[in-house]
Formats: sequence, C-alpha cells, structure tokens
Amino acid sequence: MAAVAQVERRSGSWILGLAAASAVLLFFVSIFVGASSASISDVINDRGVARIIFFESRLPRTIAIVLAGSSIAVAGAIMQALTQNRFVSPSTAGTTESAILGVTVVSVFSPAASIGYKMLVATAFALAGTLLFVFFIRRLRSRDIIVVPLIGIMLGAVVQAVAWFIALRYRLLQSLYAWVIGDFSGTIAGRYELLYVVGAITVVAYIFADRFTLAGVGRDFSINVGLNYDRTIVGGMILVSVVAGITVVVVGAVPFWGLIVPNLASLLVGDNQRRLLPLVAAIGAAGLLAADILARTVRYPAEVPVGTIVGVVGGLVFLGILIRSRSS
Amino acid sequence: MTVVAERLVPPEGETQAEPSGRAARVALVLVALAYVGAVVLFMTYDIQGSLSFALELRAKKVLAMTLVGTSLAAAAVLFHTITGNRILTPALIGLDSLYILIQSVAVATWGALTVVRFDERVRFSVAVVIMIAFVLVLNAVFLRRAVTDLPLLVLGGIVLGGMFASMTAFVVRLLDPNEFLILEDLLFASFTLVNEELLVISSIIIVAILLVVVRMRKVLDVVALGRPTAIALGVDYDRVNRRLVVLIAVLVAVPTALVGPVTFLGLLASNATYEMAKTFRHHITVPLAALTAATLLIMAQFILEELFDFATRPSIIVGFVGGIVFIGLVLREVK
Repeated sequence: MAAVAQVERRSGSWILGLAAASAVLLFFVSIFVGASSASISDVINDRGVARIIFFESRLPRTIAIVLAGSSIAVAGAIMQALTQNRFVSPSTAGTTESAILGVTVVSVFSPAASIGYKMLVATAFALAGTLLFVFFIRRLRSRDIIVVPLIGIMLGAVVQAVAWFIALRYRLLQSLYAWVIGDFSGTIAGRYELLYVVGAITVVAYIFADRFTLAGVGRDFSINVGLNYDRTIVGGMILVSVVAGITVVVVGAVPFWGLIVPNLASLLVGDNQRRLLPLVAAIGAAGLLAADILARTVRYPAEVPVGTIVGVVGGLVFLGILIRSRSS
Repeated sequence: MTVVAERLVPPEGETQAEPSGRAARVALVLVALAYVGAVVLFMTYDIQGSLSFALELRAKKVLAMTLVGTSLAAAAVLFHTITGNRILTPALIGLDSLYILIQSVAVATWGALTVVRFDERVRFSVAVVIMIAFVLVLNAVFLRRAVTDLPLLVLGGIVLGGMFASMTAFVVRLLDPNEFLILEDLLFASFTLVNEELLVISSIIIVAILLVVVRMRKVLDVVALGRPTAIALGVDYDRVNRRLVVLIAVLVAVPTALVGPVTFLGLLASNATYEMAKTFRHHITVPLAALTAATLLIMAQFILEELFDFATRPSIIVGFVGGIVFIGLVLREVK
C-alpha cells in the first residue's frame, strides 16, 4: 500500500512539474507574441516603443491570463469537490450567468460605477445564484451525475435570459455580447490588477484544500470527523463566487474552463484536493496561455476572443469526457 | 433517468382524482374559454380605420401565436415525458443557440439588408433543415446504443449550444452596430409580420406532427412512467424515445424558424398545465398546454401592443414570467 502511494505521489509530482514547466515556457512565448514586435533586445535597449508595449500590454496580459486561467480552473475543482459531481462548475451552476446579470444591472442603473463596485455587485449576484443552486441540489432526490448540472444549466439559462432582456431594453445587447466573451486583448496595465485578488483566493483555497476533500466525501462523514460542513460549503461557494465575479468583470466568461481543466487533472492524479489543486492551477494557466497565443495568431494580426476558442475546443473536450464517462 | 421519472407520477392524493379526471376537464374548459376570450379581446379591442383590414391583420397574428404556442407547448410536454423531468425546456438542447448562430453568420456574411430582403421561404427552409439535421446528428451520436440515454443527449445538446453561443459572440463582435440592430430583430420572436405562405406551410407540418402525437397518446402515457415500467408494460421504450426526439425537434424548429426563439414558453405552459390538470395523461396535457401557451402569447402580445406601445417583445415577457416560475418550481421541489 505504502509503496503504491509512494509511486503515485512521485508520478503526481512529475506531472505537476511538467505542467508547471509548460506554463513557464508558454508565459515567455506569450510575452513575445503579438501584432507589434517587441523583442528582448529591443526592450533591454529601449528601442522604439518596445518597452511600453512590454510593460503596458504584454506583461499585464500574460499575468492576467495566468491568474484567470488558474483561478477559474481551481474554482471549478472546488465546486466539483463540494457538490460531489464532476460536471458542476461555475458555467454549469448559474454562477457565471449570475455574475453577468450583476454586471448588466450595474451597467444599466449606474453606468459610471467604479470597476471595484461593479465587481462587488457581480460577486454578490454570483453568490446568490450559486447558493440557490446549492440549496436546490442538496435537497434534490436525484443525484444523477447528469441531472444535477442540467438543473444548474437551466438556472443559468433563466438568469441569462433576464440579463439579455435588460440589455435589449437598454440597447446594450451587442455590448453585452462583447464583454461576456472572455478576451484579453483589452488587458493593459491599470485594468487587470483586481485579478491579483483572485490569485490570492486561489492560495486561500489551497490552504483549505483538506477541508474541501473531506466535505467532498459526504456530509455525514465530514461531520463525524469534526468538520463544520455547512460553513465549509458556504465558504467554498463564496470563494468560487468572488473568482467568478472578478473574472467576469475583468476578462469576461471563459466557458467550460472550470469544468474541463479539473476533469483532466483528476484523471491524472485523482481527487485529493491537496494534490489536485496545484495541478489544476498549473494546467489552467498553461492551457489558457496556449489558447490565448492561438487567439492572437490564428487571424494574425487580428485577434479572435479567447473565449470563443475555449468555448469551441472546451466544448468538444467536455463532450468527449461526457461520452467516455457514460460508456464506462 | 429512472430516479427522476418518479416525479412525473402524480403525488399522493391526486391519484384518486385521476379516474374521473374532473379537475382536468374543468381546467380544459376554463382555459379554452380564456383562449376564446383572449382572441376576441385581441381581435376587437380599439379598432380604428378599416375594420376588415384590422381584422385580417389581427387574425393572422392570432393564427401565428396559436400555432407557435401549440407547437412549443406540445414539444415541452413530450420532452418532459421522455426525460422524466419537468423543469427542462427542449429549446435549450442547442436549437435556439443554433438558430441565433445561423442568423448571425448570415448577417455577418451577406449583410443585414441582404438577409432581411432575401426570400423568406428560403430563409425559413434553411433554418428548419439545419436545426432538424442537428438533432438527427445528436440522435445518431448519443442515442445509437441499445439503451437510450436521454440525459446524455440533453447535456450533449446543451454543450453544443454553448459552443454555438461562443461562436455567435465572436460573429456579433464583427458586426457594425447598425447591422446588429437588424439582427436583434431576428433574434427575438415577433408576430407582427409573419409571412402568410410560411404560416400555412408551418401549420400543415405542425398539424401532421400533432396527428402522430394523438395516435401515440396511449404509448406516451406509458413512456412517462419511466423505462422499467414502460418496458414491463410492453412498450419498445428506446425506439419510441428515438422517434419522439425527432418529433420534438420539428415542433421546436418550425416555430423558431417562423418567428424566432420563445425559449421558455413551453416550460411555462406545460408546468401551468400540470398544476391545473393534476394529471399527466397526454390526451389532457397536450391540448391543455397548447391552449395555455397560445392564451399566454396572445395576452402578452395584447399587453405589449396596447400598454407598452411595442416597446418590447412577447418572448421577453414570457422569459421573465418563465424565469420566475422556474425559480418557484425549483424552490418548491426543495421543500
């Protein structure tokens, strides 16, 4: 037994090392890819606008991708642990849509609000939507792995319909479309720093990882071993909602990200959160960096929103996971 | 699947009422009266100018709304029957997002004016064919195994719908705001200008499908009991399910291509029906849901035309009310 655990742990850290290394590599690729050239020597010798591009656009953008990619994925992993359902994520529980509704409401009723205020409202909406979902599924008779996310998706669709209709009424629908889809092309210095909060939350999540693992085993078990189950659930959902609220305001929605990354990671290392979360964060960062590099090069010099790329590729990956899970 | 199916069986206390079905018959009569009342009100309220012109115009709208309501309500009831879950709405399995994507791509490729001026019959047929083809593909991918796994098909359809939405978001970004305003018109159901010819064609298709549903009504009652019971009672459950998915697809695709998406109408009307009728027998629920949906649409349209000066669309009102009802249903389920 011990030997098996040892081997598993070693292969786990090997995978984590690989994921982290590719994240670092992609970090540097990301810094030097874009419509205008800013090579290392240009930046060092301060030739032309290279330095401005580097510090005002490339570096902030790359940091934002790392923070968003890892935190959205970690938020998904936490939700899956807490609901004991691997198809639950911010985009299949009404969380993202509620955050979008929050932003829509702020944009309509106080368009001049600061970004911090917008973020606060988005987070509050996200939390309300998520808790409604949690409240519902905890009392649902069916725990079918597919029925539970279906209900979350219906909830999300209803919330989104409300957001749409408000937007339509105030002629904001096209703008809603524009900022709902995740996109880093507008990320420059001074407009992404709130994402550091999200990064801090990811660290907090890691500190509480063991509690999420316990809560994921089940209510009775976790109460037996002395865990405050309800507080853990609500606390976890608050973390998830803050991540959803901030990322939706700063970069937009990244569909399926909180779903596919944790699923891939847990295929590799299993469900112990303390081992899972670092890998989820690393794959989340590396994967979104890769997707964003693709977004910048596929129609070079123009860009495709990264949310579209993730939405299409991620959807296909999710379908693959779904079909696989049902045929086994 | 089987776990949720138990919810379709009427709760205790209601089963005794079942044999006589009085509540159901009363509801049917009341809703039919409400429908007639709504039609009369809509047709005759505040007519100015030429009487025959107004009546003809309004009759066309009433016909369109009745058709759309009937079709979407029947689709929702059948969908609940095969999924055993009454809080789902069939348009969500990717059909509405597909319709929106088709319209957006068309506008982005040829320009909004070209699209709007294009032969409506062609636009309609292309949209219907693409939507039905999509469901046939879904059917082939997810239901090809011996045992139908509908939740998988539903979730698969929703995921594909999410992919279509991501693509739409990109296409919309490329549009000139003026073009988008015209596109916006196509994305929200409107009954003010419905092509007469298409209305007739749609009616023929929908009536044909409904005749099939009427013939299947007894089998449907058995299917609603869930897979094990249905099979024990001698119904080829999986084959019936595969056929029903296609019928549902047509029932959603035709009205959507005709007027645009009214996503939550079916959900709203069917659940109102289950409440009123206290039964899940299809010879009651399908006509009752159809009448309810048509009445709701006509009333929504009437309120919009007379009170809000066309400032919004009936699908918006239906969306709001449907959303509230959905949350209510969810919360009641919780108790």
